[in-house]
Amino acid sequence: MMKFIRTLLKPFAAFFEGHAKAHYRLERHSMGLTVGIIIAAGVGGFIEIAPLFTIDDTVEDAPDMRLYTPLEQAGRDIYIREGCYLCHSQMIRTLRDEVERYGPYSLAVESQYDHPMLWGSKRTGPDLARLGNKYSDDWHVRHLVNPRDLVPESVMPQYAFLLDEGLDTESLPDRLAALRAVGVPYTNEMIAEADSDAMGQAMPDTERSDGVFERYGDDTAVRSFDSRPGRLTEMDALVAYLQILGRLTDLPEQTQILPEE
Amino acid sequence: MMSNLTGAERGTAMIITGAGVLVGLAMAAVGHGDPMGTHGWIVLAFSALLFFFVGDKVYDPEPAEDRAASYYDDPTKVGIVIALAWAVVGMGMGVWVASQLAWPDLRFDAAWSSFGRIRPVHTSGVIFGFGGNALIATSFHIMQRTSRARMPDQVTPWFVLLGFNLFCIVAASGYLMGVTQSKEYAEPEWYADLWLVVVWVAYFVLYIRTLARRNEPHIYVANWYYLAFILVVAVLHIVNNLAVPASLTGAKSYSAFAGVQDAMTQWWYGHNAVAFFLTSGFLGMLYYFLPKRAKRPIYSYRLSILSFWGIVFFYIWAGSHHLHYTALPHWVQTLGMTFSVMLLVPSWASAGNALMTLNGAWHKVRDDATLRFMMVAAVFYGLSTFEGSFMAIRPVNGLSHYTDWTVGHVHAGAMGWVALISFGSIYALAPVLWRRETMYSWKAVEWHFWLALAGTVIYVFAMWNSGITQGLMWRTYTESGTLAYSFTDTLVAMHPYYIARAFGGLLFLIGACIGAWNVAMTIRRMPSETPELDYPTSSESREPAVPAAE
Repeated sequence: MMKFIRTLLKPFAAFFEGHAKAHYRLERHSMGLTVGIIIAAGVGGFIEIAPLFTIDDTVEDAPDMRLYTPLEQAGRDIYIREGCYLCHSQMIRTLRDEVERYGPYSLAVESQYDHPMLWGSKRTGPDLARLGNKYSDDWHVRHLVNPRDLVPESVMPQYAFLLDEGLDTESLPDRLAALRAVGVPYTNEMIAEADSDAMGQAMPDTERSDGVFERYGDDTAVRSFDSRPGRLTEMDALVAYLQILGRLTDLPEQTQILPEE
Repeated sequence: MMSNLTGAERGTAMIITGAGVLVGLAMAAVGHGDPMGTHGWIVLAFSALLFFFVGDKVYDPEPAEDRAASYYDDPTKVGIVIALAWAVVGMGMGVWVASQLAWPDLRFDAAWSSFGRIRPVHTSGVIFGFGGNALIATSFHIMQRTSRARMPDQVTPWFVLLGFNLFCIVAASGYLMGVTQSKEYAEPEWYADLWLVVVWVAYFVLYIRTLARRNEPHIYVANWYYLAFILVVAVLHIVNNLAVPASLTGAKSYSAFAGVQDAMTQWWYGHNAVAFFLTSGFLGMLYYFLPKRAKRPIYSYRLSILSFWGIVFFYIWAGSHHLHYTALPHWVQTLGMTFSVMLLVPSWASAGNALMTLNGAWHKVRDDATLRFMMVAAVFYGLSTFEGSFMAIRPVNGLSHYTDWTVGHVHAGAMGWVALISFGSIYALAPVLWRRETMYSWKAVEWHFWLALAGTVIYVFAMWNSGITQGLMWRTYTESGTLAYSFTDTLVAMHPYYIARAFGGLLFLIGACIGAWNVAMTIRRMPSETPELDYPTSSESREPAVPAAE
């Protein structure tokens, strides 16, 4: 028995012996160590990350996948600025209870245009991947102004100041252009009109809102999200973003057998 | 301190800080109305302060002593003091964010004080501010001692130390203004990231140049770990922060990666920030200060080699265990899980090597709180790496992910391992650096030790309870087959644990404050004493820099 184990371990012992000897020589050369460390640490990352860009079925095909409008993108930037992702994930895992609680599990394609992704790592609050259209705009505004008015047990911070902050739309063309540079297919027209489209999406029945439908499709939600039509606020943008979560494509609903209600 | 610089070095320092003033001014001008403008003023103030500090001493007489006859310790001293200051700030922020979860109205009504904005100040404050400065300061000390050589010049170490702190200040102030890329532990925006690359390259060059001057044929273990820390963090930082700024006059940028590729890149970064920032560098500390303090040679050289290369090779694969059951392809999840489990071998080899080193010195562990800090750090290192491998197993992760269990795991590592080894090292190092016989108060070290240990244990137990409770509640079904608990039900269940966690954190913070006070008193009140042997010599004539095996 011992002999068998010894034979079994022999190649490993020989490997460690050789490894230790090689190291003994290597540790006398700082640049040798440097190169060794970079190679040893480089392998894993390369093998795990590079194929994600080359293997086609990593990201599903969703022909109906739409882009964020400028207003939604501005809302997404506010979501990032306020660190919402620290407490809310946007990734429904392939587990029964998650699908029943939050909806169809998330597909890779749904965050195809998310630079960066906001999958999150902690649920101090619930997952938001399919939050869109679950609550009314008014609910969101009141909840953001003081979460404990609606959910007494909530530990979420208040974001009342978003109602008073006018939205910066001037920088939106630059933002969309940067997003195009990293791979989001915004057209020249979308970039040029980003400023106007952001305003138009919160001002129904104006010339500007017609432009939003034209560029982003007839299903785009055009309305005053914070119920104050006169002024475009950060609240408008954030609520517009929250209402589009999980609604960029219908693919998950089409491809997944949903549990019976 | 500045009078130890030569005339030429003072000139260089003034050119660098002067350039900093100009860059700050330019940022303030073009970034007007954007957080970048505020950052410009911060850069300007920081550089101007240093400019005048050096300028004030520029006509002092040249240093008279022979530089090659001693080590250069001024940057190490400043680094230790800054690290302690960040510890108090970062842990203080930690207690505040933790309290906000127990009592949400503690955020008051300002925009800057919400959980989402101050949580990264806590994480960056303790990881980069406290941990980073402790790493840089101890690495300066260790690379000189184990190489028996002085650093090659006196400007680069200051550039590295102060440049790194400028990065930390820009990062922390940015979070309060809402400047963040949202990538956890890589939040700072593009210009701060670019600056860190410059600082990091200087750090690497300094390290290699010091090693090149060494009077020892072999490079000591601690230096392998510091080298891995510097190199791999550089690679991780550059790749994960690839982004396109929306404009050169503003802070906002968009990550080069999207969706699933971005998630994998982020957690490849995130987990290896744990590996190479919070493990590798601190193992460097452990491998120097533990044998030194215990006056025992490292138990096994072979084990050091095995664990070093094991950690460098295996860790990189482990990041995808943060993405179990997500839209990340299954094969990547499986690879991440497999390597995470295998990682236990080199991790326990390191922890075991440290503990076995103490064989024959356990009476010192009993009597000396400083050594006890290091011993308990090694124990927590072993515990949290075991827990980490366990949590990386897919079904376990299904329960633990998204809950406080993860938070508890991180803090077992961060408080129990990283902070304890740092404090232990600082207590061992401070008397040597300032040429004092001992720390000002050994009782204060004892108090710090027990407060830190109690705080960590309370914290970790609270998070185990809340995490496992919440994970189970989320997946509990009623007899009729519906989900038993709403999300708010789980929140109510968390409340007592959130209070306990904040209390554990508070104990830990009090310990850190005592530590900072003790170091300050050691510097100010203790009589100075010249150590027997602490200067560069060739290796033949002297006893080894660290205790060597017979």
